[in-house]
Amino acid sequence: MGASTATATRRQFLAAAGGVGFALAVRPAEATPASMKQAMRQVVGEASVKRGKIKLDLPPLVENGNSVTMNVTVDSPMTIKDHVKAIHVFTEKNPQPNIISVQLGPRAGKAEIQTRVRLADTQSVVAICELSDGSFWSDTVDVIITLGACLEDLP
Amino acid sequence: MAARTLINVPSKAKRGEVIQIKTLISHIMETGFRHDNVGRPIPRDIITSFVCTYNGEEVFKAALYQAIAANPFITFHTVATESGTFAFQWSGDNGFTQDASAKITVE
Amino acid sequence: MNSRARLALAVALLPLAAGALSTEIPLNERRSAYEDMSRDNKATQDDDTSNPGMLAVLDGEALWAAKAGTSGKSCADCHGDAKTSMKGVAARYPAFDAASGRPVNLEQRINMSREQDQKAQPLAYESKEMLALTAYMGLQSRGEPIGAHDDPRLKPFIDKGRAAFNQRQGQLNLSCGQCHDDNWGKHLAGNTVPQAHPTGYPTYRLEWQSLGSLQRRLRNCMIGMRAEPYAYGAPEYVDMELFLMWRARGMKIETPAVRP
Repeated sequence: MGASTATATRRQFLAAAGGVGFALAVRPAEATPASMKQAMRQVVGEASVKRGKIKLDLPPLVENGNSVTMNVTVDSPMTIKDHVKAIHVFTEKNPQPNIISVQLGPRAGKAEIQTRVRLADTQSVVAICELSDGSFWSDTVDVIITLGACLEDLP
Repeated sequence: MAARTLINVPSKAKRGEVIQIKTLISHIMETGFRHDNVGRPIPRDIITSFVCTYNGEEVFKAALYQAIAANPFITFHTVATESGTFAFQWSGDNGFTQDASAKITVE
Repeated sequence: MNSRARLALAVALLPLAAGALSTEIPLNERRSAYEDMSRDNKATQDDDTSNPGMLAVLDGEALWAAKAGTSGKSCADCHGDAKTSMKGVAARYPAFDAASGRPVNLEQRINMSREQDQKAQPLAYESKEMLALTAYMGLQSRGEPIGAHDDPRLKPFIDKGRAAFNQRQGQLNLSCGQCHDDNWGKHLAGNTVPQAHPTGYPTYRLEWQSLGSLQRRLRNCMIGMRAEPYAYGAPEYVDMELFLMWRARGMKIETPAVRP
């Protein structure tokens, strides 16, 4: 099994051991902190990213990684002269580094979004916002994903 | 078959008020990373884009990825400027598209 | 009997003895697994505009009004407005069916009406349509207390359900009661062991990323214990559903609930 065991979820491992038919298989993590950085570079280019202004809200302990409520807010007056142009959220351990990208503008009135996301494993999630003056700001949250004990097949 | 949607837009607002819009749509958001019980990969099938227009003007746009949970729930804000219609469109893999709309009275 | 045989007998009797050992939760100590959820997951259930189960409720509302089968009748044609006619109904199921002489659950009752009255095909368990209808009907009992299920004809079936609840099963050789009566509130890996009251079925389970019935949950539990699950609709399941509803009598219906 080699390297794939180390990155496989506990569920995958137990499924193989127990001979259970169906396994919810997250592919051995193709996103790594490096590929997340690369995805962030694609959005930010060579600009520097400062901490602040944006707040990423995720529960520190997650009951089920299939659906985690996520709130992102940016402290901004949302005027024509000073507003949030975009919010991007990234993951370091999901198979793919992007979570969501959102375009806002002065018509938003408030830079706040909520959605529900999938988190494959205990990891850091990073939110970056782009302001109308071209600056980038970020926030990072570390999330612990707990696994259930009981395995289930599909019905 | 149409995907079921559930939209929450206040029916009335004051001019200039910032309102919150909540949207929910029925969709499996199959990541493409799962395998069936004989090891074959299940093909990706996700919503990739969500757009909201307000009397024809785009006020919100999102690019969605596999990391968005099934039955995507998205909330955002907009300034109530005039009475009219919010139009929502979701689109994604396999030619998926779904529209919904809601009216607002702004006084 | 020599000492070895006595030991073998004692071990053989242990499962039977242990089956009787799990103690019923006192009525005033019962709590819904809702209480154990995170603030965010509670909010997902509480907000009808964010609860994914409400999508199925909307589908069920449409199905209620849709003509079906060779009869060309919809549910509404006989039952009128579900808000009135179905109020409290889900809370008192499974209910005794005189024709078959045994209890039936809501899915079976729906299919009986479809086949006999609408002359339509029955709906499969876990099908989109069945989940939509049971979610819609369940919503009409939201906030209502689960019924006493004290119809005397139900008693032998409640007893069967109780026996199954306390029977060790599967490779793990566990009974439902050993976890859900004796060890609720404790942790099994990342989960808090619930008391296992069926207050919110069909439930949107984050693990499933979809709505599912109580039978789906029971089957998953049995598979988790490495026991062979019964077929959907098996009388053993209906008896268990009946026992679980009786065990939860008086607790409020939460359908459509959200659970991890």
